[in-house]
Amino acid sequence: MKTADTAYIAETAGTADTAAPPRAAADAAGRRGHLAADLRAVRVLWQREVIRFGRNRLRIAMSVIMPMMFLLVFGTGLNAAVPAEQDATSDFRAFFFPGVLLMAVQAPAMAAGASIVWDRQAGFLRQLLVAPVRRPPLLTGTCLGGATAGLGYALPVLCLAGLVGIPYRPELLLVLAELALIAFAFTSLGVLVAVCAKHPETFQIVIGLCMMPLLFLSGAVFPASGLPGWLGTVVSLNPLTYAVDALRRTLPGEGVSGLGDRAAGPQWGDWTPSVPAELGCVAVLAALALTVATYRFARSE
Amino acid sequence: MNTLPAPAAGHRATRAANGAAVLAEDLTRTYGTRQAVTGLDLTVPTGRTFGFLGPNGAGKSTTIGMLCTLLRPTSGRALVAGYDVTREPHEVRRRIGLVFQESTLDVDLTAMETLRFHADLFGIPRRRRLDAIMDMLELVELAERRHAPVRTFSGGMRRRLEIARGLLHTPRVLFLDEPTTGLDPQTRAAIWDHLRRLREERDVTVFLTTHQLEEAEHCDRIAIMDEGELVADGTPAALKAVVGSDLITVRTADDPAAALAVREHLGLEAETDTDGLRIRVADGAAWVPRICGALPLTVHSLTVTPPTLDDAFLHYTGRTIREADSKPAGPAIPAPRR
Repeated sequence: MKTADTAYIAETAGTADTAAPPRAAADAAGRRGHLAADLRAVRVLWQREVIRFGRNRLRIAMSVIMPMMFLLVFGTGLNAAVPAEQDATSDFRAFFFPGVLLMAVQAPAMAAGASIVWDRQAGFLRQLLVAPVRRPPLLTGTCLGGATAGLGYALPVLCLAGLVGIPYRPELLLVLAELALIAFAFTSLGVLVAVCAKHPETFQIVIGLCMMPLLFLSGAVFPASGLPGWLGTVVSLNPLTYAVDALRRTLPGEGVSGLGDRAAGPQWGDWTPSVPAELGCVAVLAALALTVATYRFARSE
Repeated sequence: MNTLPAPAAGHRATRAANGAAVLAEDLTRTYGTRQAVTGLDLTVPTGRTFGFLGPNGAGKSTTIGMLCTLLRPTSGRALVAGYDVTREPHEVRRRIGLVFQESTLDVDLTAMETLRFHADLFGIPRRRRLDAIMDMLELVELAERRHAPVRTFSGGMRRRLEIARGLLHTPRVLFLDEPTTGLDPQTRAAIWDHLRRLREERDVTVFLTTHQLEEAEHCDRIAIMDEGELVADGTPAALKAVVGSDLITVRTADDPAAALAVREHLGLEAETDTDGLRIRVADGAAWVPRICGALPLTVHSLTVTPPTLDDAFLHYTGRTIREADSKPAGPAIPAPRR
């Protein structure tokens, strides 16, 4: 009956949710009612994501251990291989730290997208679709939930900053805020893929194919500035580049950008975008992904 | 938005006029060239249990999909709880509860969370939320397991939780798509018990689909659907009465000879098969002495069976529901082309 499920959902979309209700809705009371209902729907979906992440202990363990492995094993190993050039303060692990934060945020955020795919498979989505709420809040709530979970997973990693020589300074709070935005962007992208993918397998494959290159070509693992021209273009188109660079520039301490000039961030011609501009890119991307996802979710699906 | 669109006004007139829980007029749904539901006319009075009977692939799920605003009808219209399913889907959704054929629970959540989220989605005020949830949990006897994750629930418990969720927002119409499929007989009986109590306590209209004849017997009214068309509707008794005749099964020492005798002496049609001699006749009990008298040979056994819904189904569709079910059919609802 899997086909039946898809048909149901495919159809629902068209069933006039997006069309303005023909009567009475124009008055303010109606609109306030809609807003309250929307907010409730956002809260429900947010809570659900958070509960699900909190309850899955294995997943919590995995998503905390993985980044730490990268930081402590992979990072330490590479640190030994990369010759310390100019000064002794350069530590590959510190350079790698933003990338590790990104990984920590990414896994649960993507899982939120996966939950949409599985919900469709399991029918939970259909149950949501017959509730008297509009579609957009359902997606927004899921994204916020994924972002919250991502942030929760990044927190213990951030606490390890001292291990790689990053001082505990108030800037770390700024980093946390940036991570929230990045997690939200990740979730929106995951949700977009989820809304477009018809089968869970498709979702897994697309995410698997995209995540690795995006991460490698973001300057998170190695400095992106030394790459040949065409890869350089990819780097400057890669949204993760801006996320990583913003994190790196916000993290306190000298060691973070310690791989000398090669660690320089993206450049548009001669202009180096500021941290707010970089975050702006990420925010625009998140908004775009969520809008497209909502549109597809509400219509053709 | 000063003037109401004319059709909406018209609907409201119909609404006042009949007060039916579900009203379908010429409801049609096609997938490509295949007609899943054709010209369905249906009226379900408020407060009844209405059974939608038909083999797999007859268009039952498609009909439910249209009635609960998940599928857009290709043509025709339907009112549920007085609201048009395509024009006022939100109003319809507020007033219906739904239990799907497959489980739609999130197994990571507890029963309590499941119902709390549902209450929030339907805008049940916080003050009343806990009472409403506890009421429903008591009703389906899950109150003690309310903090256990749904993952640990048995199939019957999950079904009951879904019914509780479907009723939490006090809907006017509860749709159940094959509510007892895949459940063991005890659980099935328990669910029917719940449904009966519900109707008595809450005065909710229950609209369910089934391809099991035994289940259809529980309903106040039944509609028989086959290949997308409504072929009959009425009370189970009325549908069976249309068949008009009881079935008399006689086992004798020599069935073919007995068949001949019945034909010659009584003028009744008789078929023989492995079960013995089968005779269809109105008021079967009255015929028993005459049949026994007419038979010159030893009668081993004789049973009189009143018409069943299966007979009714056979009468209306030309085949038994089991035959219809076993024929290779495509998926009940094929995915539409994109």
